[in-house]
Amino acid sequence: MSVRYLSCGDTAFTVEFGNEISPEINGRVMSLHAAIGGAKASGGLGGVVETVPTMRSLMVAYDPLATSRSELQPQIDALIARGLPSKVATRRVTIPCCYDDPEFAPDLAEVAERTRKTPDQVIAAHLASPFKVYVLGFMPGLAYIAGLDQTLYLPRRSQPRVRLPRSSVAIAMDMTTIYPFESPGGWHLIGRTPLWMFDQRREQPVFLAPGDQLFFRRIDRKAFDRIARQVEAGTLDWSSLISPAGRAA
Amino acid sequence: MTGALKVVRAGLFDTVQDQGRNGHMALGMPTAGAMDRIGLSLANALAGNDGQTAGLEIGVMGPDLLVEADSVRVALVGPLAPTLIEAPDAPPKPLDSDRSHLLKRGQTLRVGMVDGSSTAYLAVAGGFALPRFMGSLSTYARAGIGGFEGRKLAAGDALPLALATAPAGDERKLGSAFDYGSGPVRVIWGPQEDHFSAKGRRTFVEADWRVSKEADRMGIRFEGPTIEHALSVAKGGADIISDGIGPGAIQVPGAGLPIVLLADRQTVGGYPKIATVASVDLPRLGRLLPGQSVRFTPVTVAEAEKLRRDQEARLARAIADFKVAGPPGGIDLARLYEENLIDGIVYERPSA
Repeated sequence: MSVRYLSCGDTAFTVEFGNEISPEINGRVMSLHAAIGGAKASGGLGGVVETVPTMRSLMVAYDPLATSRSELQPQIDALIARGLPSKVATRRVTIPCCYDDPEFAPDLAEVAERTRKTPDQVIAAHLASPFKVYVLGFMPGLAYIAGLDQTLYLPRRSQPRVRLPRSSVAIAMDMTTIYPFESPGGWHLIGRTPLWMFDQRREQPVFLAPGDQLFFRRIDRKAFDRIARQVEAGTLDWSSLISPAGRAA
Repeated sequence: MTGALKVVRAGLFDTVQDQGRNGHMALGMPTAGAMDRIGLSLANALAGNDGQTAGLEIGVMGPDLLVEADSVRVALVGPLAPTLIEAPDAPPKPLDSDRSHLLKRGQTLRVGMVDGSSTAYLAVAGGFALPRFMGSLSTYARAGIGGFEGRKLAAGDALPLALATAPAGDERKLGSAFDYGSGPVRVIWGPQEDHFSAKGRRTFVEADWRVSKEADRMGIRFEGPTIEHALSVAKGGADIISDGIGPGAIQVPGAGLPIVLLADRQTVGGYPKIATVASVDLPRLGRLLPGQSVRFTPVTVAEAEKLRRDQEARLARAIADFKVAGPPGGIDLARLYEENLIDGIVYERPSA
């Protein structure tokens, strides 16, 4: 598969692997992201500042005072030609989610009606979806998580909400997301997690990372309140939510 | 006990910024950082700091800052007309911009309006004693992170200083105003120039683009003719699968008007980007005011890289050419000699 190099000025360029959303293409993006990270960690690719993975492309940001496009592009080509690692180490992350409180899931009934399901069937389909974090962006810690069960596909709300609460769990199109901040949004709210996707008190403030496999776990309001108190107090053991891919958390 | 600069009157949009929070875009974290990296670099150099130190970015109007330290050296860079109030009830005394000043406890620096640019910079010798967030002091106000409590300064804030007293040394000033360049803003085509018709690309480089009122640290929305997409907007011509957004990316949504994305830009986006502002001219964009107009002219990546390296060399020369500056209100011998040669008479500003 050939790649296209797109110019993003004199401080970045984009390596485009395709023009569609597919796990294969995103897998190659994540592999190159990891390969460049690895090369940098071992002292190579001087002048590369960072890489930004998306569904189907990787943006490479560089310092034009330390290197140049004509120096870097052949090095990236060589990395790709050498063969990208097919298996990038990923994490399996479990997100506790309360679907049962109407305050948390104002759109659950409408989603059920429009997908001809019962609310419990909607929840079951969300829980069974093999989610993967494709991209973080738009706001710090906001993840585009693909893999939603096909029977739940719906367009965005025709009237976006001006304000929705932090940690709302929402679906739209073929994706789910978790809002890291109170913000406007046009997706359908079907639940809420007690976790904060962004917490500047943490050493790693952003919880999710591109490539994460992600599963929701249904919790009741009591469990929600208990975990929410731990999150608020900063005492939650976040590592208990993460395990290497393939194993259950 | 170290000192502080106390905000006794807030400006309009003053935030602590350094050269940006790099390395975390993959987590959706915007880089933020100074809108005019040259202005911040010059202010830092005048204050005796290294270029990575954080300073205060002054947006439109600056604050009044009371010195709550034995002494502090501040450097101001940009089109400012600052004044100094030496004691309570004393009349404000004019200070020069583009130089450093030694301030004493109890004095109030009135930074004042920025005239002819949207940004100016204030650096303090030694920097601010604030915690870094993800390796940077840059304020990203939308998420409430970095800088001083993640927000613009407000009355009552006390900006903590890293040094209790100003280091010994002369005050310094710019030899001559830094030349940011004029003429069209240099851009590089792409990443999605192929999403625009030949007519649309011609419109982009031939039109005058006026800065609208919607201009802030995130970006500048321009007004002008409509840029035609290659595919009609109804058929998705203004949509792409989201990809990364570099500094200076010029996205053109369905309405056909360009938006240049700057320091606080989002990390990814789904509008096609016709071109990207060359890094050499990003500081000019960071200084534009609503109502001002620009044109865009394409250069190659290699040309842009060379322009940037040349500009860095000029910046290094400007810093090497700093002159020693006299105390405010005192006699500036260099200026005395220079101006005597011209008209023989020197009008010194009345001192307070």
